[in-house]
This record gives sequence, C-alpha cells and structure tokens, in this order.
Amino acid sequence: MPREGSAFAGVGAVMMKELADNLSSTRMRLLEGLIFITGAGAVYSTIGAVKEVIGEDPFIFLRVFTTGIPPLPSFVGFLGFLIPIIAIALGFDGVNGEFNRRTMSRILAQPIYRDGLLFGKFLAGLATISMALTALWLFVIGLGIWMMGLPPSTEEVMRSLAFLVASIAYGGVWLALAMLFSVIFRSAATAALAALSVWLLFAFFWQMLVVLLTPIIAPADPYSVASQVHTVEVGLGLSRLSPNTLFSETALAFLNPAERGQNLGVLLPQQLQGAISGPLPFAESVGLVWPQVAGLFASFILLFTIAYVLFQRQEVRA
Amino acid sequence: MSEPVIRAERLTKKYGNAVAVDSLDLQIEPGEVFGLLGPNGAGKTTTILMLLGLTEPTSGKATVAGFDPLRQPLEVKRRAGYMPDQVGFYDNLSGLENLRYTAKLCGLRGQDADDRIQAAAKRVKLDYAMRKPVRTYSRGMRQRLGIAEILMKGASIAILDEPTSGLDPQASREFLELIRSLKNDGMTILLSSHLLEMVQSICDRVALFNRGKIGLMGKVGDLMSNVLGGTHVIRVEAEGANVAAAIAKVPGVARVAPEGGRLRVEASGDLRGDIARAVVNAGGDLKMIDAGEASLEDVYTRYFEGVPNAA
Ligand SMILES: Nc1ncnc2c1ncn2[C@@H]1O[C@H](COP(=O)(O)OP(=O)(O)OP(=O)(O)O)[C@@H](O)[C@H]1O
Ligand SMILES: [Mg+2]
Repeated sequence: MPREGSAFAGVGAVMMKELADNLSSTRMRLLEGLIFITGAGAVYSTIGAVKEVIGEDPFIFLRVFTTGIPPLPSFVGFLGFLIPIIAIALGFDGVNGEFNRRTMSRILAQPIYRDGLLFGKFLAGLATISMALTALWLFVIGLGIWMMGLPPSTEEVMRSLAFLVASIAYGGVWLALAMLFSVIFRSAATAALAALSVWLLFAFFWQMLVVLLTPIIAPADPYSVASQVHTVEVGLGLSRLSPNTLFSETALAFLNPAERGQNLGVLLPQQLQGAISGPLPFAESVGLVWPQVAGLFASFILLFTIAYVLFQRQEVRA
Repeated sequence: MSEPVIRAERLTKKYGNAVAVDSLDLQIEPGEVFGLLGPNGAGKTTTILMLLGLTEPTSGKATVAGFDPLRQPLEVKRRAGYMPDQVGFYDNLSGLENLRYTAKLCGLRGQDADDRIQAAAKRVKLDYAMRKPVRTYSRGMRQRLGIAEILMKGASIAILDEPTSGLDPQASREFLELIRSLKNDGMTILLSSHLLEMVQSICDRVALFNRGKIGLMGKVGDLMSNVLGGTHVIRVEAEGANVAAAIAKVPGVARVAPEGGRLRVEASGDLRGDIARAVVNAGGDLKMIDAGEASLEDVYTRYFEGVPNAA
C-alpha cells in the first residue's frame, strides 16, 4: 500500500541531535583521544625514519601512511584496527537505546517515518567518523610538512584523499553492522559484544580461518596448475569477505603507486608482459582496486538494508 | 451529527494465533473524553498503536481526523499527540531541549518553537524546571512534560496510555485537572486506564475491554444503570438465616450478592431504610449498613465477574 509523505521527514532533525550527542559524549572523546594519540605516535616515529630517504622517493608523504616501524604497525594498520572500534562505539546502541530509554514510541509518534530515524542516526554516525578522520588526516599532513619541511605533491594529496574516502567508507560498513546489531538485540551490551566479536573475527582470526579453510574447500592438485590457481583464487575470495582485507588492499593501491596488483592477487596485462615497473598513474590505481571499493560499498548497503527491513518490522512497544 | 474524530471499524490485530484486538468498532466524537478500560493484556495499547499507525492492523480500518493511519501516518501524527505508557525522555537533555527536538521533528523551528514550548510548559506548570536535565524530574514531572509536548505540537487529539499510572494521589488529581482543562479547550482525548476512579470522574464515555473485545460501551451513568440495574451500591452486614432473600424482595433492589462476609446490594436509590426494615422483619440482626454511590469499579467488578480474565 502506498504511503504518503516524505520518507526523509525528520532526517535533518534526527541527524543534528545525534551529531550533537556524538560530539559531546564522553565515549567519543575517549575514542578520539585514543586514535589521535596512537595515530600521532605512529606517524611521528615513521616520519623520523622516512626523513632519511627524502629526495629518493617521490612519494615520501605516502610513505608516512604506509611505513610501520616495528613493533608499531603503520598508520594505515592502526586505522584498519581502530576505525571499526569507533564505528561500533557510535552505532551499537543507536536503535535499542531508544527502546531502553522508552523514547522510541514517543519519537515515532511524531510526524516522521522510521526511515527518517534510521537514516538520521546513520548519517550522524558517518558524519562523526568523517570529521574525526578528516581531522586526523589534516593532522598527519600538517605534521609531515612540519617535520620534513616540504609540502605534499598534488598526486600525493589526491591519493591520500582517496584513502581518506576509503577509510570513511570502511567506517560506514562497521557503523552499519553496529546499527544492525542495535536493531537485532534489545540489550545494548549484547549488541556491542556481538559487533566486537565480528571485529575480533575479522581483525585477528580471519586470515587463519582462510588458511585453514581454503585447502578444504578447494584442494590443490600438485600436478595441475589450473587447480593451484583455483585454490589461490578461492583463498583470495574468502579473505575478501572481510572488510578489513578490502580496506587494506584499497589503502595499499591508493597509497603505494608502485602497487600493480602483485600484492592484490590481480595481474595487469603489463605485468604479464613483465616489461614495465615503476609508479602507476592515480587513475589506474583507482581502477586496480575498484572491485574492493565497490565491495566496501556493497557490504555497507547490504548491512544497512537488512537493518532497515528489520527495523521496519519491529514492534514499537518496549 | 458531526463526523467522528476517531473511528475504528472491525479493527483486528493478531500476534500469531493470539488475538490482541478482536474486530473492534469505535467512534469518538470531537471534544469527547473517551476512556478505554480493561485488565492487563486486554488490548488497550495495541488499539492505540493501530490508531497512530505505529502497528499495522491484521484487518479492519481506522480513521483519525479523517486520515488513514496506515497510508497517511504523517497527517495523523501531526494532529494527534501521543503519550505512551511510562513515557521516556532523553535523560541527559533538559526538558526544553527534549521539546525542541520534538518541535524540530514536527517541522517547528526557531522562535515559534520556543514560544510554543514556553506556553506549553507554563500550562503544565513545568516552566520552572525546563532548563533542568530530565534525569532530575519526578514521575509526575515527566508526565506533565509529555502533556506539554502534545500541547506544543498544537495537536487537536490527545491519546494518553495509562497517564496516571505510578502517580501519587495528589499528582493524579492535578493531572486530572490538567486533562479537564484540555477538554475545555475542545481537545478530543482518548485515554486508557485501569484507575477506574479517574476514568469515572473525567470521561464522557468509556469502553470496557476484555480479551480484545469491547464488552460494554457508553456513558458512565448509563453503564451503571444497565449493568448494575441501579446507581447505588449498599453494603450490608447482617446475621440471620434468610436476610439476603428478604433484602432482595425490597422494591428497587436489583441484585444482592455476597461480598467478603457482607452483602452487596445494588439498588436504584438510597434504600437503606427499607433494607434495614426488611432485615429486622426477617428476624435478622443488622450490624452495619453503608451506602455509597455506585462507582465504575462496581460496574467493572460486576462485568468481569462473568468473564474469564485475559491476563
Ligand atoms: N509483540 C507482541 N507479540 C505477541 N503478543 C503481543 C505483542 N504485543 C502484545 N501482545 C499481546 O497482545 C495482548 C494485548 O496487549 P496490550 O499491550 O494491548 O494490552 P493492554 O490492554 O495495553 O495491557 P496493559 O494494561 O498491560 O498495558 C496481550 O495479550 C499481549 O500479550
Ligand atoms: Mg498497555
């Protein structure tokens, strides 16, 4: 049956309120502090090491993002790890929190659709993540300019901006997951634990599982090259079910112009000819990881749609 | 006759095999205060949610202010204010901030919104606390903030689910006064309750609900004479073999029923004299006789005596 009126009524109001809540909450302050301190620490030590190769590497700024000084992971590694935590912290009590505060039925009795509430909350979360990551990005670039005494090139700015967008999309996936759990579980603690379990799975155990599962799903025949290729493909496919894999591959392609797919499991024609090496133009790097970027967006849309459908069918009474 | 503001036709809600609301027919006129009464689980909240378009009926149809809550929920929700059972607000925000948020959701902004909020807060006598966080509010203050929200919206229909549950007698009384003043402004009010005294004192009409069906509906006075056969309930404590039979023969007595060692006599008037005489004439020993006007509670008790309870 058609319903009348805009599905987006109230989105702005919900978003502004949630954004104000997010930005003023202690929870958010703590997380932002954490990400800034770890990020700054990683970048600071990296710049110290990278400075020595100034002049040798045309993409010295991008090195700042990707180089890890053991035992610390690189800045990108840190983000791959911390963005999900921030997104989960922002989303795990989005819907069930309204039920637990007994505000749900009162809010939905205002002239808005449920769509407006869910969209507004999601957009507020995404805006919060974007603000935090953009601030961090500016901070890193600023620190780089200050410590290395030279500005980034246009291409470096473009590549690192593309990386910024990818990290926001990655945050969106985890935010959608956290909000999905906030729809499914009435208890906020359960939703948070469930989301953190998924995060643990992908951050720590997924690669192990892939290694364990691949030979079972697609055993390699030592005498058949085709079967070995198949095994590798299955392994890659499995590992790309993880948003963390998609994110790190995207980051690699954006931030490392020399990356031609040798680390991504895709082979470009040039490489097959084995002739050319050296940096790839930005547009080709984008083309290289387009499937990964699309994968991030697709998983976000899928998760959000499931959350949306479940929320539409939920009883409003607490 | 004017068009009803709220109308339900064969409205039905099933949860699996359980029928929460069963083919409900209801019409509420403009300016009326209508009470939904019934035991826990009778289906009052479900009915209200269907009227607001917050729950989809399994079958049947509802109209609120001329709109269909399923297809035009925004129109309905613009005109009807709702205060849920145990209404909740954002505890970390002040009363003012809470209402500002609702105002924005209703499309009201800026000075207009603030003026409306202030007027509404004054009306419910909450203006002194509007800048305090809601976490410091008492139960009664939250309820009044709920009413202020409805006033601020400029709704012409107020739907209140158990509005006085959990209030102390004083707060309840004040709250009833507030509802009366809304009625005087011409607002149509639908409220659910199990506090019968309250419903009796402010409702023009009531519906007694059980297991999703309306058992009885009408003006409080009419229900009393219909169900009880009278408007007075007299309680008699007397000893003697056939006192009850003797009282039943008194003209004007509709029914005599034992009630906790006493007799409950339903009568068309204050027949205490006649009853006392009848007891004495039958050789009984009159210990106590006590008359009160029948209350809705008597109707309720009597009505649900015959009906198995839902919850
Ligand atoms: N989501 C649900 N799933 C299954 N049954 C439900 C659901 N919600 C309500 N019910 C059932 O519907 C019936 C009516 O419930 P409703 O809440 O409307 O009663 P009520 O009259 O408001 O009771 P109360 O006085 O306790 O508030 C109850 O038997 C209840 O168990
Ligand atoms: Mg109820």
